[in-house]
Amino acid sequence: MNREITVNVCMGTGGIAAGGEQVMKALKQEFEAAGIKNAKIMENCKLHKVGCRGFCARDVLVDVTIDGETSTYQYIEEKMVKRLVQDHVVGGKPITEWLVGDDYHTFHEKQTKIVLHDLGKIDPESIDEYLGVDGYKAAQKVVAEMTPEEVIKTIKDSGLRGRGGGGFPAGVKWAFCAANESDQRYIICNADEGDPGAFMDRSVIEGNPHAVIEGMIIGAYAIGSSLGYVYIRAEYPLAVDRLHTALNAARERGYLGEKLFGTDFNFDIKVKLGAGAFVCGEETALIASIEGERGMPRAKPPFPANKGLWGKPTIINNVETFANVPPIINKGADWFASIGSEKSKGTKVIALTGKIRNTGLIEIPMGMTLKEIIYDIGGGIEGDKLFKAVQTGGPSGGCIPQQYIDLPVHYEGLQSVGSMMGSGGMVVLDETDCMVAIAKFFLTFTQEESCGKCVPCRIGTKRLLEILTRITEGEGRKGDIELLQQLAEDVRDSSLCGLGMSAPNPVISTIKYFRHEYEAHINQKKCPSKTCNKLLTFFIREHQCVGCGMCIRACAVNAITGEKKQPHHIDQDKCIKCGSCFDACKFNAVLKE
Amino acid sequence: MEKQMEEVLESIYQKSVAHGDNIITVLQNMQNELGYIQEEAVYWYSKRANIPASQFYGVATFYSQFHLNPRGKNIITVCSGTVCHVKGAQRIVSKLKEELKLKDKEQTTKDMNFTLENVNCVGACSIAPVVIVNEKVFGKQSPDKMVKNIKPYKE
Ligand SMILES: Cc1cc2nc3c(=O)[nH]c(=O)nc-3n(C[C@H](O)[C@H](O)[C@H](O)COP(=O)(O)O)c2cc1C
Repeated sequence: MNREITVNVCMGTGGIAAGGEQVMKALKQEFEAAGIKNAKIMENCKLHKVGCRGFCARDVLVDVTIDGETSTYQYIEEKMVKRLVQDHVVGGKPITEWLVGDDYHTFHEKQTKIVLHDLGKIDPESIDEYLGVDGYKAAQKVVAEMTPEEVIKTIKDSGLRGRGGGGFPAGVKWAFCAANESDQRYIICNADEGDPGAFMDRSVIEGNPHAVIEGMIIGAYAIGSSLGYVYIRAEYPLAVDRLHTALNAARERGYLGEKLFGTDFNFDIKVKLGAGAFVCGEETALIASIEGERGMPRAKPPFPANKGLWGKPTIINNVETFANVPPIINKGADWFASIGSEKSKGTKVIALTGKIRNTGLIEIPMGMTLKEIIYDIGGGIEGDKLFKAVQTGGPSGGCIPQQYIDLPVHYEGLQSVGSMMGSGGMVVLDETDCMVAIAKFFLTFTQEESCGKCVPCRIGTKRLLEILTRITEGEGRKGDIELLQQLAEDVRDSSLCGLGMSAPNPVISTIKYFRHEYEAHINQKKCPSKTCNKLLTFFIREHQCVGCGMCIRACAVNAITGEKKQPHHIDQDKCIKCGSCFDACKFNAVLKE
Repeated sequence: MEKQMEEVLESIYQKSVAHGDNIITVLQNMQNELGYIQEEAVYWYSKRANIPASQFYGVATFYSQFHLNPRGKNIITVCSGTVCHVKGAQRIVSKLKEELKLKDKEQTTKDMNFTLENVNCVGACSIAPVVIVNEKVFGKQSPDKMVKNIKPYKE
């Protein structure tokens, strides 16, 4: 019996958190145990560490492939491994009740994968596996056979636009940079990804770091650069590790360093760790940070393509932008341009999260509608709640309501309704999410992350946050909505960098589409979604209360009284509306209204 | 200043001269060696390298990675990304503060055993809300689950 057996374990951050390492260890043990009885099983058996495949909600995911037949298991835990190996690998019978369902397959079928194509399939720590999927072929072709002008033309013709938020055509930016006379030019990969709710770039680096490196080599050749940087968040330790592993492997094989592919072209990449500031994702701030300064943005022009790192012409592109480059070289500009919509070519990787059944990392052709994303890929809203809005673009974006559910997702589409693509985060909100509180959440973030250099952003975001806070706490005044709108426009129009210019978007869009929620908070002192605790009253439904005492213990101010096994009671004068009793009650007896 | 600390700082200085390290790298090295950015260390270094101490202070206060106060033995990091937020991260923070007896802006317990911090997003939204204790990631948490999860770290 000489069967080819491969077992894939999902070991992204999500997989590891769900116990991937333990599953991996157990698998190794079980194989060893089984191997003693049947050594042939071990022969072709590889234990892969695959990166994120996107369906994180079902972690730990395990693929068992025997002679080309793959079965995918979901929710695998350490204690299930023994049976998995015994029944399936040894016995040849897949365990049907543990297999993924139909939704796993629809989740993948609707997607178009360019950037994520090899994620979850190849071992990100093995350069040979990357080479096995035509890795470094594009870089070789570019460096050995093409002129920089040809490379730039190919990228221009493909229509590839920056995936970091702005959507600026990558080829055009490269051409600007290459046109500058200079003894040195730099190329930087922006992997700062500071948006709350975004994990695309991290997943790409964790799952296929060589694709990003290869994209940078091609970019460096096109603009004539011998040194590149990857600026990556220190909060992503796994991604940083895998990046270093990949860089070392690439250096060993001669894909980085001197005389690449037998030519006179030299190029190497350094890694710079971000020290934890959202604004450093902005390109001029990022450059200041690499130079060792406070990461504050400066006015543009001059643009980095003309005057960037250490005053030299510099290209900054996002992780996903670079990862698109090798496939474009391999398959041609026309192929890429045939995917997507008229003005937005190719695909977009999206972190689909929030109150949705299938959360995870997805890749869609530009122009797919919100409805297809949320219902066909995402499987609809979690539980039996109603859809309220989808937040796109992180703190720089806006909330899009039900009426635009057929909106195509591309740069122009999202902008037309007051949101933006941003780096591609998509958070689905349901009827229990208060839109004023969501606006307040994002303003809390931007206010904290404002670098303080320009007045509109530094003081404007603070005032916006103060007004939002008082509205959610029942202190809202007549005229607050108009005041918010006025101030939001001022901050948007007069801030120095993109942080301040886009910070008001969550406020502007929620007022535009959910004005009634603001009015309910201000005029009736009510939170329609029952989120803002200060506007709620907590009480105990006597017939539902079993008198267990959980709420009494949870209450920090001793506002709850009651004998054991008798219905309890909340003293409204003492209650500080913290919601602890609501969380503590296992019997749905605490009501908030 | 203790002789030992002086030696550590001197070696960081020598390294920075050799590699052309910038202020951020010097501060990162300092924090790695000393645990946090100590005022005394900054003054010593500023004299040695002839860079105004205010520049170190400016950079150290700008980036959330740098700590100006000593931190606890165990670091609890609550993710406050959008998804964790809508799935109740704030309630976990409140509960942990109560459990660890931390008031207002206090982050570190009196016995120096725990420091409670938050992070913008760890990018594990599908298992929100997420809490990280030291290096271990806990997904799909609730206030009560977290209280149980930190028990083993209480010695
Ligand atoms: C406040 C702020 C934060 C940003 N954060 C990021 C980020 O985390 N990642 C990123 O690629 N671009 C970010 N950008 C956009 C960058 O400034 C820049 O436009 C981008 O890296 C260019 O690459 P691209 O053309 O490939 O998109 C940010 C911009 C602003 C204003």
